[in-house]
Amino acid sequence: MSDIPNNLRYAATHEWARLEEDGSVTVGITDHAQHALGDVVFVELPEVGAAVLGQQEAGVVESVKAASDLYAPLAGTIVAVNETLEDAPETVNEDPYGDGWFFRLTPDDTADLDELKNAEDYGEQLEAEDE
Amino acid sequence: MTEEKVDAPLKTTALHASHGAAGARLVPFAGWEMPLHYGSQVEEHHQVRRGAGMFDVSHMTVIDLRGAAAEPFLARVLANDVGRIPEVGQAQYGAMLNEAGGVIDDLIAYRRSVGFRLVTNAGTRDRVVPWLESIAAEAPFRGSLELEERPDLAMIAVQGPRALAALREVLKEDVAERAASFRFYEVGERMVARTGYTGEDGAELILPAADAGELWQRLRAADVAPIGLAARDTLRLEAGLNLYGIDMDERVSPWAANLGWTLALNTPDRDFIGRSAVVAAKTGELLRQKGLVMQAKGVLRGGYRVTTDAGDGVITSGLFSPTLGYSIAFARLPKDAGGTVRVDIRGKAREAQIVKAPFVRAGVAAWR
Repeated sequence: MSDIPNNLRYAATHEWARLEEDGSVTVGITDHAQHALGDVVFVELPEVGAAVLGQQEAGVVESVKAASDLYAPLAGTIVAVNETLEDAPETVNEDPYGDGWFFRLTPDDTADLDELKNAEDYGEQLEAEDE
Repeated sequence: MTEEKVDAPLKTTALHASHGAAGARLVPFAGWEMPLHYGSQVEEHHQVRRGAGMFDVSHMTVIDLRGAAAEPFLARVLANDVGRIPEVGQAQYGAMLNEAGGVIDDLIAYRRSVGFRLVTNAGTRDRVVPWLESIAAEAPFRGSLELEERPDLAMIAVQGPRALAALREVLKEDVAERAASFRFYEVGERMVARTGYTGEDGAELILPAADAGELWQRLRAADVAPIGLAARDTLRLEAGLNLYGIDMDERVSPWAANLGWTLALNTPDRDFIGRSAVVAAKTGELLRQKGLVMQAKGVLRGGYRVTTDAGDGVITSGLFSPTLGYSIAFARLPKDAGGTVRVDIRGKAREAQIVKAPFVRAGVAAWR
């Protein structure tokens, strides 16, 4: 059973987004995603300052099993990337909702967060995918 | 809920319940339900390189051959020559070819006190068993050869620097003393062979399926970790060993799959199947299997295109090496290719180096 915290928003492509107090949004991949990928061995992150579009590729996660695109769940400008993943990509597996975050962005429109799924809807998506 | 009834039910080994109890993620593999990993494939990989791990390889095909024609039969169907292993207790790696010189399978042949045993791949069973039976039914073998598949046997590979110590503790036998590398011995129905697929020391045990569960539990109690198919793949590629169906198949010449060394061509009167084809292909085959390493970020994967100064090729096996911390691969490339090549990784050209495998020996980098 995978962990789906209630305080996050979710993209159908298995990223999570969290609104921070300063108005930025932190993005990572879900517990379900890290399980499905297996051991993560490399992460390609976007450049700080880059503009990313919602539902567009913003990086790559390479696990022992496969390479998989990382999508920005909403549009904005990258303000920080998690550089510790460079040397410790396994953090994505160990702490997907904490130290395993990928990047932070300033959203073009904070209201875009409302377009993302809540924990309950994302949980239903996982159940449907499981069938 | 609807049940799909398209595929035949998956076969399970005698250790299926043990895998479930150990938390295995079970996946379909060559018609069998087998453990992919028991949590972390990377952790399992390190357990084999640093300690001892065990693999349920009972899905592989075990075929026993008996009768006066057993040796001439193998001289006909195998490209390697069992005449090169004249003593009981010797084992030999080699290939089985079709008439066109393509690789039907790779296998290990064991010379027993009575007859021979072959261990072939799980995924090729439906090709290999009827192929052997059809040739056994022809002159001059017909009537003087008994060919028996052994689904009643299980097979457990115990591998790693601590594997032989663990086996000594569990079996109360000094495996190292009783069998050198690529040799084996038998105690009743149990065969112990100093072979493996990881590049580590260790042994492969073939025993009655009914005894497998107990041996598995005793090995676990001796701190031997269960290892899944995913780590088996990273271990074998680091060791520079081919995987049938990925690095070679019936469309591939042994010369292009780094199996040339297993072709016994020095006895001209031995007319093995595929001989004339591989002799003709020796100069005609322009492709060779070569190792690649990429120490920069990224992972080489099967199917990626490779561009070299001598022409283009393709990666057959590619993955992240847990021991080395970077990606390694086998690629089928023009035979004159060398040095730096470019690999198309998701639309971007990345540089990799052609090297000689094995990639890892004794737990450290060994490619050159």
